[in-house]
Amino acid sequence: MTVECLTGKKVLIKGNYAIAQAAVLAGCDCYFGYPITPQSEIGEYLSGKMQELGRGYVSAESEIASINMVIGACATGARAMTSSSSCAVSLMQEGLSYACTDELPVVLVSVMRGGPGLGNIYPSQGDYYQSVKGGGNGDYRTIVLAPSTVQECADLTYKAFYLAHKYKTPTILLADGLLGQMMEPVEFKPYPYEDIDNSDWALSGAKGREPRIIRSYGPLADDRCEFLEKLFAKYKTIEENETMWEENNTEEADIVLVSFGSTSRNVNTAAKILREKGYKVGTFRPITLFPFPNKRLAELAQKVKMFVTVEVNMGQMVDDVRLAVNGKVPVELVHKGVGAPPDPEYIAAQVEGLI
Amino acid sequence: MTTQVFKLPESLKKDAKYTFCPGCDHGVAVRLVAEVIDELGIREDAIVAAAIGCSVTIYDFINIDALESPHGRAMAVATGIKRAKPDKFVFTYQGDGDFASIGWAESMHAALRGEKISSICINNTTFGMTGGQLGPTTMMGQVTTTSPTGRNEEYYGYPIKMAEHMALCDGVAFSARVSLDSVANIRKAKQAIKKAFEVQLQGLGLGFVEILAGCPTNWRMSPEQAHDRVKNEMMQTFKLGIYKDITAQQ
Repeated sequence: MTVECLTGKKVLIKGNYAIAQAAVLAGCDCYFGYPITPQSEIGEYLSGKMQELGRGYVSAESEIASINMVIGACATGARAMTSSSSCAVSLMQEGLSYACTDELPVVLVSVMRGGPGLGNIYPSQGDYYQSVKGGGNGDYRTIVLAPSTVQECADLTYKAFYLAHKYKTPTILLADGLLGQMMEPVEFKPYPYEDIDNSDWALSGAKGREPRIIRSYGPLADDRCEFLEKLFAKYKTIEENETMWEENNTEEADIVLVSFGSTSRNVNTAAKILREKGYKVGTFRPITLFPFPNKRLAELAQKVKMFVTVEVNMGQMVDDVRLAVNGKVPVELVHKGVGAPPDPEYIAAQVEGLI
Repeated sequence: MTTQVFKLPESLKKDAKYTFCPGCDHGVAVRLVAEVIDELGIREDAIVAAAIGCSVTIYDFINIDALESPHGRAMAVATGIKRAKPDKFVFTYQGDGDFASIGWAESMHAALRGEKISSICINNTTFGMTGGQLGPTTMMGQVTTTSPTGRNEEYYGYPIKMAEHMALCDGVAFSARVSLDSVANIRKAKQAIKKAFEVQLQGLGLGFVEILAGCPTNWRMSPEQAHDRVKNEMMQTFKLGIYKDITAQQ
């Protein structure tokens, strides 16, 4: 079970271990978690490693407790994380809503499995809405980072800690059961981001200063507008500064295939198949699902003839693509309800059928 | 020559506006907590995990850092604070509904893990802030807004005895039930709070104090009648005493 924290050379490693190891290298002070397939390796790895390093670790009694322990730790300015999957991430939505209002740097690793309900343990992208739109009460957003390779699982775990602390806002690393369980070569670089000073807000005891209160009731006790305006101004800044995507062969494309996460791997191959058949096909992969790359999709909508989103759900991100494209050109959906991403040949055939 | 007979604890805010109902015992409880923090000299290292319900307003009165917890989650939140900053003094201030109904899982597991935190829990046999509904501690026969003919076993089952349950957990170093109905009992309550805080400072485990408190508003009583009820009725079901003190056993 032991995976050494090696930096500077390539190791063959499972996605879940890559995330866990990256969290250690990102300086995660505390991990709190409860087992659920397909992400249990994260807690298994960190249980030993965090104790070995003298950092915080709790096998929490539930996901509700896990997210609230993260809230407590984050309120002291610590780097704290939990991880879970789908039906159990549902239990954390209350905590995420509080953490957004409390403006706490919560990091949540969400490794999607089938749903709704208990669903199954196959990979899925069925929690796009849950992650991007927020499953808790009230108006809030969380930053959502969607890796498509095990290397990106590691790199975006670093980024999740950085963005969470930079913007004091919960950040979700949204992987799926495929990424969590597959092995790929990964190079762990040293944590590349600067430390964020939290001395002006973190709870540390009221020594030589007035007491600090971190709460959701206070800022919102009046008509709530001022605080929410400030919160959403922050989200706008995040959108301006942090939107990430990857696009290939879009300049000459008539058709752009839009997908995220592990599905993008097969979509890239499908695009290649279609290009070999003479179709002008490009690919577009949002890396941040919030903030969503609306502006770039709107630009592309000026020159392409059709978008096709490919998802492992019943069609969720397609709604955001349609909002971005705003009726300029058709936005079609190729999907599979649950499981590993559809085969490239299947995707290519479906897209060809839409042309 | 003048003699100072009254001094506001440094751990209470000087300009705080009192917002509890007349006759509510929360004010006394918060005052005792503040006095103990002063006496132990831990104000500058203290962080409170406040809960949801009337108890949440502790951060309006107490002069220390505070984090509001979602309903029932104060013990998990306090766990997170303490695990991140083991050198800080961390406690929860909760009501019975928060601690023993929606938060019972978090409360029990913090106790079983032996978190080095302290917890002060007000037992007033009702959900106070929402207007006096039946809670986990509502006594048999007690009329509330959701037990209009009184608590009966058929529909509602039985009240929970928090201090006894906490004492059963191996991670708990101190568990007591106290009352605020008389000067003598208030003094005992303060001693218990101090002990519950000291076991944390000594790294011995979790310290817990259940405080029987009057809720005149929701009981539809005068403050005096409320204290009579605490003494004559509540104490029959909820016996005062120290249920566990591992320092006494040593």
